[in-house]
Amino acid sequence: MPEIKVTPLGAGQDVGRSCILVSIGGKNIMLDCGMHMGYNDDRRFPDFSYITQNGRLTDFLDCLIISHFHLDHCGALPYMSEMVGYDGPIYMTHPTKAICPILLEDFRKITVDKKGETNFFTSQMIKDCMKKVIPLNLHQTVQVDDELEIKAYYAGHVLGAAMVHIKVGSESVVYTGDYNMTPDRHLGAAWIDKCRPDILISESTYATTIRDSKRCRERDFLKKVHESIERGGKVLIPVFALGRAQELCILLETFWERMNLKAPIYFSTGLTEKANHYYKLFITWTNQKIRKTFVQRNMFEFKHIKAFDRSYADNPGPMVVFATPGMLHAGQSLQIFKKWAGNEKNMVIMPGYCVQGTIGHKILNGQRKLEMEGRATLDVKLQVEYMSFSAHADAKGIMQLIRMAEPRNMLLVHGEAVKMEFLKGKIEQEFSIDCYMPANGETTTVTTNPSVPVDISLNLLKREMALGGPLPDPKKPRTMHGTLIMKENSLKLVSSEQALKELGLNEHQLRFTCHVQLQDPHSDADTLHRIYTHLKSVLKGYTIQHLPDGTVIVESIVIKVSSSAEDSNTKVLLLSWSYQEVLNILKRSK
Amino acid sequence: MKLYCLSGHPTLPCNVLKFKSTTIMLDCGLDTTSVLNFLPLPLVHSPRLSKLPGWVSKDGTINLEKAREAVCNVLRLLGVYFNLLQELLDLSTIDVILISNYHCMMALPYITEHTGFTGTVYATEPTLQIGRLLMEELVNFMERVPKAQSATSWKNKEIQRMLPGPLKDAVDVWMWKRCYSMQEVNSALSKVQLVGYSQKVELFGAVQVSPLSSGYSLGSSNWIIQSHHEKVSYVSGSSLLTTHPQPMDQSSLKNSDVLILTGLTQMPTANPDGMLGEFCSNLAMTIRAGGNVLVPCYSSGVIYDLLECLYQFIESANLGTTPFYFISPIANSSLEFSQIFAEWLCHNKQTKVYLPEPPFPHAELIQTNKLKHYPSIHGDFSSEFRQPCVVFTGHPSLRFGDVVHFMELWGKSSLNTIIFTEPDFSYLDALAPYQPLAMKCVYCPIDTRLNFHQVSKLLKEVQPLHVVCPEQYTQPPLTQSHRSDLMLELQPPPMPYRRCSVLNLPFRRRYERIYILPELANSLVPSEIKPGVSVATVSALLHSKDNKHTLQSVPKPPPMPPSKKRKRVIEEPPVALAPKPMLSGAVALEAFLATLQKHGITEVKVEETADGHILHLQAEDTLIQLEEDGTHIVCDSEPLRTTLRDLVLRFLQKL
Repeated sequence: MPEIKVTPLGAGQDVGRSCILVSIGGKNIMLDCGMHMGYNDDRRFPDFSYITQNGRLTDFLDCLIISHFHLDHCGALPYMSEMVGYDGPIYMTHPTKAICPILLEDFRKITVDKKGETNFFTSQMIKDCMKKVIPLNLHQTVQVDDELEIKAYYAGHVLGAAMVHIKVGSESVVYTGDYNMTPDRHLGAAWIDKCRPDILISESTYATTIRDSKRCRERDFLKKVHESIERGGKVLIPVFALGRAQELCILLETFWERMNLKAPIYFSTGLTEKANHYYKLFITWTNQKIRKTFVQRNMFEFKHIKAFDRSYADNPGPMVVFATPGMLHAGQSLQIFKKWAGNEKNMVIMPGYCVQGTIGHKILNGQRKLEMEGRATLDVKLQVEYMSFSAHADAKGIMQLIRMAEPRNMLLVHGEAVKMEFLKGKIEQEFSIDCYMPANGETTTVTTNPSVPVDISLNLLKREMALGGPLPDPKKPRTMHGTLIMKENSLKLVSSEQALKELGLNEHQLRFTCHVQLQDPHSDADTLHRIYTHLKSVLKGYTIQHLPDGTVIVESIVIKVSSSAEDSNTKVLLLSWSYQEVLNILKRSK
Repeated sequence: MKLYCLSGHPTLPCNVLKFKSTTIMLDCGLDTTSVLNFLPLPLVHSPRLSKLPGWVSKDGTINLEKAREAVCNVLRLLGVYFNLLQELLDLSTIDVILISNYHCMMALPYITEHTGFTGTVYATEPTLQIGRLLMEELVNFMERVPKAQSATSWKNKEIQRMLPGPLKDAVDVWMWKRCYSMQEVNSALSKVQLVGYSQKVELFGAVQVSPLSSGYSLGSSNWIIQSHHEKVSYVSGSSLLTTHPQPMDQSSLKNSDVLILTGLTQMPTANPDGMLGEFCSNLAMTIRAGGNVLVPCYSSGVIYDLLECLYQFIESANLGTTPFYFISPIANSSLEFSQIFAEWLCHNKQTKVYLPEPPFPHAELIQTNKLKHYPSIHGDFSSEFRQPCVVFTGHPSLRFGDVVHFMELWGKSSLNTIIFTEPDFSYLDALAPYQPLAMKCVYCPIDTRLNFHQVSKLLKEVQPLHVVCPEQYTQPPLTQSHRSDLMLELQPPPMPYRRCSVLNLPFRRRYERIYILPELANSLVPSEIKPGVSVATVSALLHSKDNKHTLQSVPKPPPMPPSKKRKRVIEEPPVALAPKPMLSGAVALEAFLATLQKHGITEVKVEETADGHILHLQAEDTLIQLEEDGTHIVCDSEPLRTTLRDLVLRFLQKL
């Protein structure tokens, strides 16, 4: 039985370090190659030695697919391709290919330049790694080799995020990456067709959450920011340069415009301006509304939002600052946080998920005293707010995707075990399909039962279809008889006659003859005629012929009559039929 | 498989392919060359044009009333050829329309609106967006000129017969249609389904279509139409030159049974690079002499390359201060849209987007105010306009659009130059109504589509079994009849088509894909007939749904009560029984005798005959006739006959 195997090297019952191995139809595919924000040691990257101890990864992997540019999905890429060594194809969408190297470089700078780590990938390695990338277009069917094909679908989540359909023969797997089933202010909703994969590998970050409407959350967010500004506080919004940042910028921009607010909004420099450029150039990846109006008004040209300078943090008066990174684990957002944490008028709004171990995670869990580097502690007095703006599908969205794709099996990754457990129960109950949630390093095996594709001779097919009448009748199944010829790799189904011909074989006729005696006073000819009329009345729908040479032929059965030599009343019936004859006439005529 | 050819214009094709019960329209270009027969539509009142006399027949008996309005109005009646379509085919039976590039979709509203069309149109995103812009521009050109009464009297056959020149010979003028409205455009385009390159689209489970990059314009595509066993390639408007679009995908065209070839270059003797050079030098020369340059062009396509070329040329030619104007209702949109289709651009341009920088340098020309765009000559343009300058504007036929105004304005001065770059219209015909003309005329047609040399190389490479092409490609151009290099020479020769042709494509479908369900597949018993060749007899239920066929096991009949066993008379119609397989091979005498012996049949008398042997089983009073191609068992005892049958079958192969 063919099997599909799925092994997470990361993101198995965990969020971060997404890296999933799939073996399907003799092909090995790696899905994502991320890093873990919560660790600074070896655990930061997936354990590639699981794949091979000393061989080259290229020999074991047919391709690597990156779903989107977040570092927990692509952060280990240069490490894997340049340091561990992988020269096979790497696939990602155009926006991901554009943005990913910038985030990697940023990540590298923080780790090497600020933290002083050595033995880390270099800028050159990032460049070399990106040279191996083959860009993917949405819905394009890419033939990785003769058998393996992949197809990307729109996933929402961030600019360029994709879900990917992997197919070998009639077996297939869909990997969602991170996705969002509701359109937001700058991106559309994920979509996939009814591709009926054998396994749907889905993220489950918000497996237990059913979020209220987006509008409410937006109103809440604006209210909190507004209140804070009114009382002269400073608002820090830690974000990742691309993604939520643009959505919240659009939100604040329109709000500022409408309310005629004067407090400055800043965006930490560098990345962001560039980021907005990406959004302008990849506008086809945003939502319908933005795409429609971009010629008249480009939503990513902000009037109220200005570039931030480090010195502004100490300016008096209210302000809103978007700063990177989003989990307060390093960089500018952390610096500003340290400056503002002591004042209860200030506020930090965490708009997304924070990985365990980061300061973001700690303060969200209510920790008010933080241990900083050295022995220093930091008292957190400012208001901490959490607003889930990260564009992951919630439980409802995940169920919706299952309904769209109709998978035969479900596999959850990128979530916490307890939450997964809950969702797994729900999925199994609602869809009656198996749902798996392997831990890192644990392999899930699903046996598939693919149909066998065969080439049928059109003559045979048409003959059989014609028998069923012009319209197929579901109640009257049509049977089909033919010969399957297996030659090298080809399978052909043809009629038996054609099979003989094609194989250059002669038909071998097998016939049987027997004698039956019966008592009948009539002449031979009359007896035969009586048999003929009798058969004619009993066997409706068969070709029955009475030939002038004194034979009756029913299908392939030949009947002759002669009188017994001893007794003219005893007639001897000579019956002869071929092996293929199905009509059991002998018994009837008795 | 049939091909209905509805357009005779080789670069504006419209063909309909019937393939496996699907009806597929390939492109629907709008042939607007007939507008050259009419006077231009001026945007502002032109005394010269309005003073032209109306048409009066030679004997003076017929004076076409309001002749001028008549001629003006005819312009809105674009010549279309869909009358044909309705004769050959019912438009409502078309299942899908495949669009290869934005120039080849301009007739779409005529097909999808008010015709009962219920199908789907497939096109790439740039094709749809730019196609929409071009239609919008056309509608805009037609709607903004003052409306006059429509003139139809010239279409009267009697009168048409007496009209001069090409009008007299124009076919089916009564079928010419008015230009569509924006509402019709929107409705037509709402039927478009977007596709990406190499995306596989299933049509009714019977056929798969897939667009391939054709390298000609943004989002331009060739199409593969295939089933599991047949493949048709539709090549329309392809280019191997490195301009802005993604390069042409050639390898996917391999192994085609039929390749339909349209849209080759209209300028087989003009080298696009040379033309570009000439364009630049003429432009510079005119500006230096203090004249203006008019470039009548389409608002998308080659203009991007022209601007890019000028971007590099401006500084070196000292044109830094010369204003460049691009005037079209869609100028801004066209320039903006060109920047957002990174996926559809050539590698170099994609790399720029990754930086992130706009892929086309016209962004910089706009930023530095060297290039300005205006929706029309009215409004801001009239106040900001400085001379000498370069103006890009449409329509290239010089019959409508803002270009008409510039012709009136600049035509009288020999300092000015008009440079034709679009190959669709004869420049002499285009200029005819403006004669006498003092301005210089330069003809640098830039057509990047495949030339005959490139196409023969391509065909050698991809080796289709048959090539179908417009008949124009099978002979040298009329004006250059000695140039046998300007035609397709293939072995076997291409199948030519002309307007109205219906071709039977040389196709014999022999096989179809069917799926054997796993349960049935596991139950099959293959036997090896020859080394490497096995056969298995299959008896199964056939299910056909959505043009997909599957075979599954015949459900077992409910078990019969054991007492009746074989003696049971079969009541059901014999259809329910699987027929016995056909047999092949021969029964070897010695081995058969040995087998008989094993089964206790020892008294066998063997008699040799002409064709084999007759075995007489004396104890059983049974005859077995063994021949090369047949075995005959004459036996009155049923159990024995069954035994003998099974013994014989051991020697034979079942098929």
